[in-house]
Amino acid sequence: MPVSSPQTPPSSTTPDRGPAPGIPPHAEPGRLAGIPMLERTPNSTFGQYLTGWAKRIRYGESGVLPVVGGLILLVIIFQVQDSVFLSAGNLTNLLVQGSVFVLLGMAEVWVLILGEIDLSVGYNAGIGAVITAILAGSQHNFPWWLAIAAGMLATAAIGALWGVLVIRLRLPSFVVTLAGLLGLEGLLLYLVNAYGTGGTIRITNNVLNDITNGNLSPVAGWVVAIGSVALFAAATILRDTRRRRSGMVAPPMAITLLKVGAVAVAVVVLVLICNTNRGILVPLRGVPYVVPIIVGFLVIFTFMLGRTRFGRYLYAIGGNAEAARRGGVSLGWNRLWAFVLTGFTAGAAGIVYASRLGSISNNIDGGQLVLYAVAAAVIGGASLFGGRGKMIHALLGGLVIATIYNGMGLLGLAASYQYMATALVLLAAVTIDALARRGRTAN
Amino acid sequence: MTTVAERDESGPPGAAGRPLLSLRGITKSFGAVQALRGVDLDIMPGKITALVGDNGAGKSTMIKTISGIWGPTSGEMYWDGEPVTARTPRDADALGIATVYQDLALCDNLDIVQNMFLGHELLTHRLLDETEMEKSARQTLADLSVTSVSSVRQLVGSLSGGQRQSVAVARAVMRDSKLVIMDEPTAALGVSQTAQVLDLIRRLGDRGIAVLVISHNLSDVFSVADRLAVLYLGTLVSSGPVTEYDAQSAVELITTGDRSQPADAASPARSTDIDPEG
Repeated sequence: MPVSSPQTPPSSTTPDRGPAPGIPPHAEPGRLAGIPMLERTPNSTFGQYLTGWAKRIRYGESGVLPVVGGLILLVIIFQVQDSVFLSAGNLTNLLVQGSVFVLLGMAEVWVLILGEIDLSVGYNAGIGAVITAILAGSQHNFPWWLAIAAGMLATAAIGALWGVLVIRLRLPSFVVTLAGLLGLEGLLLYLVNAYGTGGTIRITNNVLNDITNGNLSPVAGWVVAIGSVALFAAATILRDTRRRRSGMVAPPMAITLLKVGAVAVAVVVLVLICNTNRGILVPLRGVPYVVPIIVGFLVIFTFMLGRTRFGRYLYAIGGNAEAARRGGVSLGWNRLWAFVLTGFTAGAAGIVYASRLGSISNNIDGGQLVLYAVAAAVIGGASLFGGRGKMIHALLGGLVIATIYNGMGLLGLAASYQYMATALVLLAAVTIDALARRGRTAN
Repeated sequence: MTTVAERDESGPPGAAGRPLLSLRGITKSFGAVQALRGVDLDIMPGKITALVGDNGAGKSTMIKTISGIWGPTSGEMYWDGEPVTARTPRDADALGIATVYQDLALCDNLDIVQNMFLGHELLTHRLLDETEMEKSARQTLADLSVTSVSSVRQLVGSLSGGQRQSVAVARAVMRDSKLVIMDEPTAALGVSQTAQVLDLIRRLGDRGIAVLVISHNLSDVFSVADRLAVLYLGTLVSSGPVTEYDAQSAVELITTGDRSQPADAASPARSTDIDPEG
């Protein structure tokens, strides 16, 4: 991030458009009757910011608010039903359960932004887990990092294959990856039967098992938490301040601080919960390793989508591929990389899945996992129609699904109820998406 | 006298007045269909040239040829007197030709800045330089006196038709284009927004930018254009300063490819046949 730009007073840049709220709009040439003048200055006040925000919600840019609200609602319902829900042990368990849904949702976001879909992520994740488990097993004894790299490279290559079929042969991604779902299930059965015993390949590597079963020490947890909050706060405040100073569109300071504060509180609460002793016989405390791993993926992927040309092009292609093409964007390469990243992320999800179970077996339900993946992304706020979706959506949507899964399990409700509840949440999310879109085009 | 004789494009390009873009004998065939049959046209810097013609006359084929969507089947293009080829949109872009299509080619899910820089993003340290892009986009909009958008960070999907047109034009101007081609810029707009866009076209000309406008609306053409070029069944049947035409002669040229009388002595017998707005 460039911080070195020498800041001269705003007058040097655009003297006629600087932060002077008092410019009478009618004095400007070329303005015609009938076009509404909305807020004029980029540096809006708190109130103006809220107004603009309300407007964005009406245009279908509701952001993460609906899903955060829904998540809070679900937590309240389950806590009222069963007070164990908000216990440290259960919440930590929920985070680990949710990590697979979150990663699969993130995998799906890459292609959803393009308006494509990958139905194979569930079994592709399984393939990644199988390859990692085989290589890290006693037969081959690869170091854990090499086994992980090999597994994720394989799933990325599978994603690349779907991408090539979709882009070069112009096949619909739905059908290509549906074939992929079936084909990879077959491949997975073959690999597990060839290399496993009794339809299972056990994870014997300690590091792989510790991804979800090991914890940061309480002190390390605090160090990581405080460090990342400080980085986030510094980056956010610095960016918004610089934008305000150079007269760019920026939220008012109060909003910036509010955002930083909310994240800080959330992180502190998370670490507090995880650091509470949740052991029954022996003390067990600390943040599971998978939590910082997920946050790492979230930060890197969000950065790629928001700050790089590649990310910008994915949104452009998803919004209007023809416009992107005419602007000189290479549709083929950018779409291919999105499919590769979907496969890559799915591989990570598979490894986390296997770590949690301590093994990877031939009865992994990749078909259900992919539905959860799509549901996580869409519940969080990604659009199936392309052009809209962020990694944070997969995180929040994955947490919603994990909450339903976990909460209903606590209440002793059968799987039948879990599916129906998830279905309702998914329908609600898609309805919100469709209504938001309609609102946007109507305006 | 034939209308072809009125053309001022005879002789080698770049002789007098130095046209920015000269087309000589441009043809374009799609299989057996000949969409353009030897078009000669000069486009002057700072002048607004209106390209008119009935449906199927070859207007879209022609602008797509100029803007590099496809190359011509035969014929030459001269840019500032130099022979050039524009066989891809990138080629045309490098020359300084920007095209604003009828559908505007905007991404509704991106904001104004993002749309204006789409495919040409500014980078610092290989990352998007949002600050510079926003400054530059705002400056361009201000230069064009586009003041009706509230914030350059507004999503384009939330803009009105005229505002969207303004963004598309601003995008073309921002890349230092010397020739801006506009396809039916006012087709979908209401009265005040049409005035807004015509105003904008006028300002492009004032800034020395050559503009080639396709339009069906003759009242727009006569209110904004400096020069008129009429296509009829793939042939450029007439071109010249707009003052040499009136609504009736233009309509005759568009519908029949010929005008029975010179513009200054239009036959009253035919004046009621055709609605000039049609």
